[in-house]
Amino acid sequence: MENKLTRNLYVIPYALWILLFVIAPITLILYYSFFDIEGNLSLVNYKTFFTPIYLKMTLSSFWYAFLITAVTLLVAYPTAYLITRTKHKHFWLLLIIAPSWMNLLLKAYAFIGIFGAHGTANALLEVFGIGSKQLLFTDFSFVFVSVYIFIPFMILPIFNSLNELNPSLLDAARDLGASKWTTFRRVVFPLTIQGVKSGCQIVFIPALSLFMLTRLIAGNKVITLGTAIEQQFLVTQDWGMGSTIAVFLTIFMVLIMIFTGNRKKRGAKNER
Amino acid sequence: MRDKLALSSKAYLFIIFFILYAPIFYLVYYSFNSGGTMSNFEGFTLDWYKELFGDTRLLIIVLNTIVIALLSALVSTIIGVFGALWIHSVKQRQTQNALLSLNNVLIVSPDVIIGASFLILLTLAGIKLGFYSVLLSHIAFSIPIVVLMVLPKLKEMSPSLIDAAKDLGANQWQVLTKVIVPYITPGIFAGFFMALTYSFDDFAVTFFVTGNGFSTLSVEIYSLARRGISLNINALSTLLFIFTMLLVSGYYFISQRNSTRGLGVRK
Repeated sequence: MENKLTRNLYVIPYALWILLFVIAPITLILYYSFFDIEGNLSLVNYKTFFTPIYLKMTLSSFWYAFLITAVTLLVAYPTAYLITRTKHKHFWLLLIIAPSWMNLLLKAYAFIGIFGAHGTANALLEVFGIGSKQLLFTDFSFVFVSVYIFIPFMILPIFNSLNELNPSLLDAARDLGASKWTTFRRVVFPLTIQGVKSGCQIVFIPALSLFMLTRLIAGNKVITLGTAIEQQFLVTQDWGMGSTIAVFLTIFMVLIMIFTGNRKKRGAKNER
Repeated sequence: MRDKLALSSKAYLFIIFFILYAPIFYLVYYSFNSGGTMSNFEGFTLDWYKELFGDTRLLIIVLNTIVIALLSALVSTIIGVFGALWIHSVKQRQTQNALLSLNNVLIVSPDVIIGASFLILLTLAGIKLGFYSVLLSHIAFSIPIVVLMVLPKLKEMSPSLIDAAKDLGANQWQVLTKVIVPYITPGIFAGFFMALTYSFDDFAVTFFVTGNGFSTLSVEIYSLARRGISLNINALSTLLFIFTMLLVSGYYFISQRNSTRGLGVRK
């Protein structure tokens, strides 16, 4: 008897949390997406979303997220690989992860200084004889800063899967006469694809939705889905339209997760 | 390990490390600049630090941030541990998986969506935007991470420990406090710690649910940075960087201790 009672009691706070902060918010977003700005039930938001303006914005948001993910992967994979080759690999990994604990806004702020009109980046360009350029508030600086911020999150899952790789497989490939490139292409990469996938997932979804970077670094040159949601909720105060974009962002997110297989996503974010 | 790294590989790693750390040290370096800009260094000064410590408004914000982080980590750890116990105690596989998926929704959702949906929720519930709305949101998004840190420890625990305790006459409460909780303590600490850092770092969710009168450090940095460069922020980031490094090393030592304990032969 007592057993059952205590069990019911301790379950209450967590069950309430699921109800209030997981199920209710999703339902509310969906519910609000069917109301226009005056509060009438309508599908006008969905109609608006399928106008060229919003479709173009969605497409460009995807393009930037794709670009950011691709560049991050290209930089992160070799880094993760080389770290698994070092002596104190866990120590080096920790050093890679450490900057990601630093407040993201401060890192963005640093780049406001570096990319500024009289900043270090421009001073370097002067030295090389290229001459100073407008760097801040361009899409280049947006992609650069995003890649900078996401590198640790991409390295972590790739490192984990490379670390699980059995080294004797590499020896076997070499014994069988495979060149380094063939070994990588046929053995190493296929076996670490799960790490690459979860890395891409961890980068791609935030890249679609981070709004502070676009505001601080890209000026208003780049508008991502996240920026649009923030704009609708906090500036225009059109919760209906904001919710509709959020509904689509959620759908995209679920699709991406199905596409990249979410088997391992937990390990990666845990260790942030 | 087997073969030493080639020079080019070392150079590549060096460049990556340089890029990762350069912006941070850039901020730290210019926090001592008497010139007032982040481009030419005129002379050494500690004025920005003095100004920082003289800024009561900012100090109150720092205090708010710490209070929110500690309170939300504490509450979310308690609720999260109960949640993990519940998920662990559920016998049917399907129900367990369904609960886990619900648990993970807030972890995988983009921050903007969490922030926007919490804004709707809290407004409908009639909670005034400010301290309590931020605290509630932080508790809410920290709970799932605590659950994820505690669950593996519960899974790892042998059920015969509980059976043994029951055979020896322990009641439900004693089993919980004398057997289960001591065993999962490392997980609880890790969860608390993660909740703390989640709360400290969060910007997007807080930005949505904070009203006009209340601000946390992240939100304040954002609004300062939007106005342009002020070396106060640099001084602040130096202090935060030192603090973060302390946290990282603390976490490193805790996890080192956990792993040795996990492998240990203390049984």
